[in-house]
Parts: sequence; C-alpha cells; structure tokens
Amino acid sequence: MPCRAAIGPLSPGEAVKVSYNLVLEPGSSERAYWRDLWQYRELLQVLAWRDVSVRYKQTVIGVAWTLVRPLLTMVVFTIIFSRLAALPSDGMAPYALMVFAGVLPWTFFSAALSDASNSLLNNANLISKAYFPRLVIPLAAQLAALVDLAIGLVLLAGLMIWYGFLPGWQILLLPGFVAIAFVTSLGFGLWITALNVKYRDFRYAIPFILQLGLYISPVGFSSNIIPDQWRLLYCLNPMVGVIDGFRWSLLGAQSELYWPGLWLGVGVTGLWLWLGIRQFRTLEKSFADLI
Amino acid sequence: MSAAIVSVEQLSKSYLVGRCGARESYTALRDVIVREARGLARKTADFVRGHQIVQGDEIEEFWALRDVSFEVERGEVLGIIGRNGAGKSTLLKILGRITEPTGGRAVLRGRVASMLEVGTGFHPELTGRENIFLNGAILGMSRAEIRSRFDDIVAFAEVERFIDTPVKRYSSGMYVRLAFAVAAHLEPEVLAVDEVLAVGDAAFQKKCIGKMDDVARGGRTVLFVSHNMHVIEKLCHRVVHLEGGRMAGIYSNVREGITSYLRDAQADGAGTVWINPGDRCENAYFVPERLELASARLSARPAEPFSNEYPIVITLAGTVRQWDPALNVGVSVHSDDGQTLFYSFATDSDEESWPRLAPGPVRLRTEIPARWLNEGDYRVQVIADLRPRYWLLDPEIGGDASVGFAIRGGLSRSPVWNHKRQGILAPVLVWTNA
Repeated sequence: MPCRAAIGPLSPGEAVKVSYNLVLEPGSSERAYWRDLWQYRELLQVLAWRDVSVRYKQTVIGVAWTLVRPLLTMVVFTIIFSRLAALPSDGMAPYALMVFAGVLPWTFFSAALSDASNSLLNNANLISKAYFPRLVIPLAAQLAALVDLAIGLVLLAGLMIWYGFLPGWQILLLPGFVAIAFVTSLGFGLWITALNVKYRDFRYAIPFILQLGLYISPVGFSSNIIPDQWRLLYCLNPMVGVIDGFRWSLLGAQSELYWPGLWLGVGVTGLWLWLGIRQFRTLEKSFADLI
Repeated sequence: MSAAIVSVEQLSKSYLVGRCGARESYTALRDVIVREARGLARKTADFVRGHQIVQGDEIEEFWALRDVSFEVERGEVLGIIGRNGAGKSTLLKILGRITEPTGGRAVLRGRVASMLEVGTGFHPELTGRENIFLNGAILGMSRAEIRSRFDDIVAFAEVERFIDTPVKRYSSGMYVRLAFAVAAHLEPEVLAVDEVLAVGDAAFQKKCIGKMDDVARGGRTVLFVSHNMHVIEKLCHRVVHLEGGRMAGIYSNVREGITSYLRDAQADGAGTVWINPGDRCENAYFVPERLELASARLSARPAEPFSNEYPIVITLAGTVRQWDPALNVGVSVHSDDGQTLFYSFATDSDEESWPRLAPGPVRLRTEIPARWLNEGDYRVQVIADLRPRYWLLDPEIGGDASVGFAIRGGLSRSPVWNHKRQGILAPVLVWTNA
C-alpha cells in the first residue's frame, strides 16, 4: 500500500492543518487543549442551560427555592448574631441587609462548589461516550449556579427598596466581585471534582468543608469585628475578600473596603485556580477509564 | 497525498488491573494485617505520585488493544467484528477521542462522530426538541447546524407528535430512533456506529441501513461495530476481525471475514461460559455474574457443540441488589444473524412456581428443550426488566452478558432425518394415523 509512505512521519505537535488532520497518540490531547475548549463553547452554553432548566422543571415551587433559602438564612443569622450576640453591623446598613449581602455570595459559592464537584460523576455517561474538553462540565455547573445568584440579587434589590437603602457608585464594581467568587469556587471545584472521580470519598468532604466555611467566613457577621492583627491572616480565606467586596459594593462606602485583604484573597484564589486546573488536566485523560 | 481518511498504526491500549494473589489455606489475622498494610502503603505511594490506584495484591497490565493497524478510505464502510472483549469498543473509543491510546497512533483526516451507545447524553427530563440540541452540541454540532437539520432529524426519527414530550416518556424504540437520527444527520466525515441497529423494529433497521449506505455513498466513511453478521455482510465493504485485542485479519471479502469470526466465536469452550469481569451490566436491581450453558448429557465435554438429542441447561448466577415486585430476569435467544428468536423470563409460568428472587446471590436454571431449535449457531443473553416499565438489561442492545452456542447433530432418531433442514425450529412432532 502506498499510503504508508505518504502519511509520513508527523512529528508530535506538528499536526499540520491541511484541511483536517488529527493525530491521536499518547499525550496528544495535551496540545490544542484551550483551542478545543473554545470550539466547544456552544456545548458549554447548552449544558448550563440544561442544568438550569432541569432544576426548575420538576420542582413545584421552582424559583421560590432559590429565594427561601437565603431569606431564611438571613433571618436566622440576623436573630443570632445581631439580637443575641449583639454584634455591630457594617457601617450604616441594617444588619439584615448586611447579612443578606454576605449570604448571597456564600450561597453561590457553596452551590457552585458542590454542583461542580459532583458534575463529572453526574455526567459519567457523557464522559464515557463522547469527546469534548472535560472542563466544560464543571464550568457549565458553575454557570448554572450564577442564575441562582442573579435571582438572589433581584431579591436583594427588593429588600433594599423595602429598607429605603440606596447603593452608591461602588455597585458598578459588583461584576468584578462576582467574577472573583466564580473563579474562587471554580479553582476549588476543579480540584475536588477531579479527585472525586478518582477517589469517591472526596464527595463526603464537601458538605463538611462548606459547613465549616459558613462559620469561618464573615457571612453572619461583619469582618470588621476581627481584631486588626489577625485581619490579614483571616483574609487567607478568599471568601472573606469576596463577601467584603459584595457588602462594600452593594451597601455603600460607609465602611472602608480592606484592600490588602482583598488582594491577598485574589492571590489565594489565583493559586487555587492554577492548582485546580493542573490537577484537573492531569486526571482528565483518565476520566473515561475511571468513571 | 493518501486518500486514507483514518490510518491506525500499531494502536495499543492497556489498562492496569489488580488481582488477588493465591490465598493461603487458612488466613491468619497477622497475615491479613501485613497484607492490608502493604497494600495501603502501595496505594498511598501511588496516590502521592499521582498514579492510578488499583485494588488487589498484584498489578497486571491488561492489553485491551494491541498493535492494531489498518487504513480506511473515504466512502468506505468498514465493519469491525470480534467477540465480546476483543477490543472493538476500545478501538472506537480511541478513534472517538474518548480515551487516549497507550501506544501507537491514529491519524484522522476528518471529523469523527461516534455513536457508541444509544441516547448518549439524552436527559430524561428534557423534551425531544431540547435533547436534539443537547445531543447535537455534545456531538460537536453548532446550533445553527442543528437548526438547519432539525426537521430532517425529527422526520427521520418519526417522533413529530412527541417532539415536545420529555424523552423519559418515550418508548425505547423512539429513544433510539432519535439518537440515531441526530448522529446520522451530523454529517461528519467519519461516522462510528456501535451496535445501534440491534434496536428498533425491522422497518427502522432497514431505514438505518439505508441511511448508512447514503452516508457512505456521499463520500463519507462509516466504521461499524456489530455482532449482527447479517447486517455486516449487507453493509460493509471490508471487515476487520479483532481477537483478544489483536488483529486477527482484515478482509476485503466480507464473507471470509465473517467465517473467520464465526470460527473464532465457537473455537473454544470459553464460549459457553460468561463471567462478569466485575464491572459489566451495572444496575441497581440485578447484576448477572455467571451465565453457563451445558448439555444435559452428563458426559459432554463443554468444548463440543451441543447435540440436539439433549436439552441445553442454562444456569444463571447473579446478585439481586434490590428487590422490586416488578423485577423480572431471564434470557433472550438470538440466531447468529442477529434475529431475536424468543425471550424467556423466570416469571413466565404460573405464579406459584416462580423461582424466588430475594436480595443477595441467586441462581436460576432453565432448559432449552431437546429437539426444538434447529442445527445452527445461537446466542443466549441475560435480560432483565422492571416489567413493564423499562429494561435493565435490554435484549435488543447487544449486551455483555451473553454466550454463543452451537447445535450439531442429534436431530432425531428417525433413519431418514439426519441432516439439517431449512428453518429455525426443528421439532420432532408425533405423527399418527388419524
């Protein structure tokens, strides 16, 4: 057969794009990874949309769930931390509003993290039967969680009108803080989701981490009550920066944003993201074999 | 430039499998502790180094595919045949980029869409319409592409009336039709099909074969895995025969390839026992572990074809994970050209005589009567369903839990009937003067 000679020795990484030419060999999926991810962006949209529509399809009260959860948390935390523990609020804002502005990013973080961590196992049938960059799946789960955050923000707007509280120019920076929250849960989520496929016991760690995180993050109280000498250390928890940022941008400048803490949090987030992507991509190749 | 759209060169894929070493005649707690500790140490070391963790004392490399090379030209329909575990699906998985090869390489000069199993990525809660978009996106189609072919897909699948119904209410036939329709309309340069045609009624099968013919005639390529030799012969231009992960041969003459496969399929006694390697047929209710056929004749060696003079005993061992009043276990029997001859369930007789299906290990036994099937080659497959809700192990989707068997000789005691006649059945009816 003359074909053998004509194929020629395509050396690794030299998959010349004549029209379409794909060389599959050990390690080939490493290259062109990010380009693939971009090509599959429509799949990302479709999967995110699927997650959202399936979530709201079979529940009787649907959207109400996303409202009830943060509202109840707000009520309970306000009673415990403001009435019983008599902690001070953040600047001028009513305590309930302050709590709600903290509950929102935390709810997003915990939903995004737990959805993303289980996403690969939930989509095992896809992974074992079709090719696409696996990163699409946890990303889609996170995007779906953003929808809940958006609904929560609408509710917050309602509450602010109720309290007659007007946000300042800082609200323009809110998307930035949402992005940080997104990246934080993504980095952490990727790391856990990849390990979750390989070692199934990791899934039991997630509720525990989230439960613990709720109390070590300033959800029910203001981070201003942390003594100054511990403040920077406290900000190693990236959610501290995110929650402070949400409060600052939503509830105005009465309280100064603690910038060094925010930057530290962003740094930690970046580190996690890097670790997460690295971990995910190392394990990704074997997902189809492990699942 | 070569016309080969797919070239596969020495493609290999290995998995690591653990195995338990020979056990001592008695186990001492001390030994157990030492062994467990050693295992734990090894697993921890693997974990730290980022290797795969394997259960068992010894780790073995298992080659699912070894040094497979062939080329496929544009517009060709290549059949891939072989017994269960021969590496057919692994090969398609590598070509579909689902898993990476361990060695060798494959060069694809066109987009490959694989239809490994029916309904890949269908979500039961979503409607047919939504699932078409979902499935299309998974197979790499853009939304514009899907929209432009939407009507064709729906028409081909014959689900117009139910397009806005959640697919969980679809019959399994409708499900498969829709899945096939999406993949077949994707118009990839290479379409990889694994055993879908076993599903659906005869008319739809015919339609699928027609569609695959069209695909090939349109200059595109089809890689087709099937146990259905009838369809392979009808459709394929060439066949690759895989045996135990290696190439047993590539045949331009399809008949020759099929003969080679059939010889292989009946070559040894292993053909009459199927043992679950541990991860097959997973479901929450009933998992088969062993399916064995034997002639009721005591002296029969397992290797030889069964004589029709004696019943064929089917023993099925498995585990009932969860009992359900609707749980139904049985076997289906198929002829070698893929036709379904019959299903038989443990609950076919009157209720008093049903075997018990309690949670835990269960062994069932039945017989195919003597002098009932004709001489020929057959396949028995484990089936199970939650009657009448849905299949746990669907007889029409070439399942893992199956064994082949052959009937030769022993047709009757008559001196004048001693060779095979036409037909699927060969019963000896009693004739008398009326």
